[in-house]
Amino acid sequence: MRTVGKPRFAVRTEKLNFWYGSFQALFDVDFNVRAGLVTSLIGPSGCGKSTLLRCVNRINERIGNVRTEGKVEVLGHDIHAPEVDLTQVRSQVGMVFQRPNPLPVSIRKNILFAHGLHTPHKTTKAEQDGIVESALRDVLLWEDVKDRLDRVATELSLEQQQKLCIARLLPVKPAVLLMDEPCSALDPKATAAVEELIWKLRGEYTILIVTHNMAQARRASDECAFMLMGKMVEHRRTEDLFLTPNSQKTADYIEGRYG
Amino acid sequence: MAEKSAVPSRLDQRDASWFIDKLFQVLMFVGGISAVIFIIGIFVFITKEGLAFLFEGFSFLEFFGSINWRPTSTNPTYGALALIVGTASITGVAILVAIPFSIGAAVYISEFATGKTKETLKVLVELLAAIPSVVWGFIGLSIMNEFIIEVFDVPIGLNVLNAGIILGLMAAPIMTTIAEDALKAVPDKYREAAEAMGATRWQIIRQVVLPAAKNGLVSAVLLGVGRGFGETMAVLMASGHAINIPTSPFDSVRALTATIAAELGETAQGSEHYGALFALGIFLFLITFIINLAADLVVRGIRKK
Repeated sequence: MRTVGKPRFAVRTEKLNFWYGSFQALFDVDFNVRAGLVTSLIGPSGCGKSTLLRCVNRINERIGNVRTEGKVEVLGHDIHAPEVDLTQVRSQVGMVFQRPNPLPVSIRKNILFAHGLHTPHKTTKAEQDGIVESALRDVLLWEDVKDRLDRVATELSLEQQQKLCIARLLPVKPAVLLMDEPCSALDPKATAAVEELIWKLRGEYTILIVTHNMAQARRASDECAFMLMGKMVEHRRTEDLFLTPNSQKTADYIEGRYG
Repeated sequence: MAEKSAVPSRLDQRDASWFIDKLFQVLMFVGGISAVIFIIGIFVFITKEGLAFLFEGFSFLEFFGSINWRPTSTNPTYGALALIVGTASITGVAILVAIPFSIGAAVYISEFATGKTKETLKVLVELLAAIPSVVWGFIGLSIMNEFIIEVFDVPIGLNVLNAGIILGLMAAPIMTTIAEDALKAVPDKYREAAEAMGATRWQIIRQVVLPAAKNGLVSAVLLGVGRGFGETMAVLMASGHAINIPTSPFDSVRALTATIAAELGETAQGSEHYGALFALGIFLFLITFIINLAADLVVRGIRKK
């Protein structure tokens, strides 16, 4: 089923190579992420899956001394084109990090932060209240925190913090959500809650999620891509990849022979 | 004839290393509490010297309410108001000068500079902090004096503005160092989060880093104020050293510290004048103590809600 007017792929990379200094982390990666689905990236530590994810919003350039070759397209736009405004790219591509990283301000201000960056005009208190409530409702956090919106966000539990980190991306209406092992700091119960949330956001957002946890990739993604040593090995529907892997390397990995 | 055995004959035997260990424990303890001892010692000393004056010649109203500091007159008066206002006005100007310099330098070093530039700048800032205050005073007396006379077309260049600028430049390096520590202590994950949401460098600094480092920055400014109250030589040389309530930055003033430095050598120990100078010392000590304490409380984040 194809949605009219929307590109089929939210993110595309073409012959993407990436270096940290002289170390090459990605080799000719071609990767197409279907719009509106959850795609998981799996592979052993150091295989380049986080690097690939961080190429999509160019956040990996902040450490300096890195080099990119090849093409990354978001919604059909080459994000390395000279006229591209990175702040625009990042309003379209939200990111959730391994460790929850809410800003050390109130819950309310956390939700309004990105919105404030991308909204040139002033918003009224009522508009802001609406934004905060709808973002928190979307991540199933409203009932928990509605009475303490002015409390510092870092007081919340890790699960709540991570949900808040997802919620604060929503007011700017991104098309893509990048998640870099979003559950690795959480206990199993919190993991299940965040996974459930990711599944709920599916459809409205294109979600690209890096995970170490194969069970998670298997139960909470539509498509799955396996990477090894900076190369894309296999990218298929999740159930196909896990049941009948094309590559022997994929089979070895998902059967736990390494990684 | 001592024989080595696998089981020592006496388990409670104390050998040389036990005594050395104890000795160093005691030495380290003394070193550790020496600050407390010195603070109390200094306070007791200046209080003792000033006490006689406080009980006999001292009038609260005159000390804080009169501008007549005439210790050598036949009918001496000890009004410190002009001195207090002098010190406060110089410190005020100094802070206005020092805040943009120090916060700007700290933000640049912490948020923009990398690698060699960063290290070089930090060393230079520390070097700046080590310039003797008499050198700063000299700059005030010669360069700043003429500069102010020419630029502002005023008769005297030794005034509040001069001393304030000199003092501000003196206080800036230490304030920079403390402010930079405060900025450095802001976890990088906040910057990364903001950048990933599309914040520009300036937005990150303005909306994330500075608010998160607020306590440390306020504390840096307070320590600068403390430094301003306590500085003597440069202020003595650059302020004009004239007893006066300033009505403009181009008026000469006299500072508390400079008064003590200039007059103490000429007084007879135990005299009323001597005691009055120590009363100034007590006042200075209390002010700097309170400012430093406030800075410390702020950095710990204890604030009134």
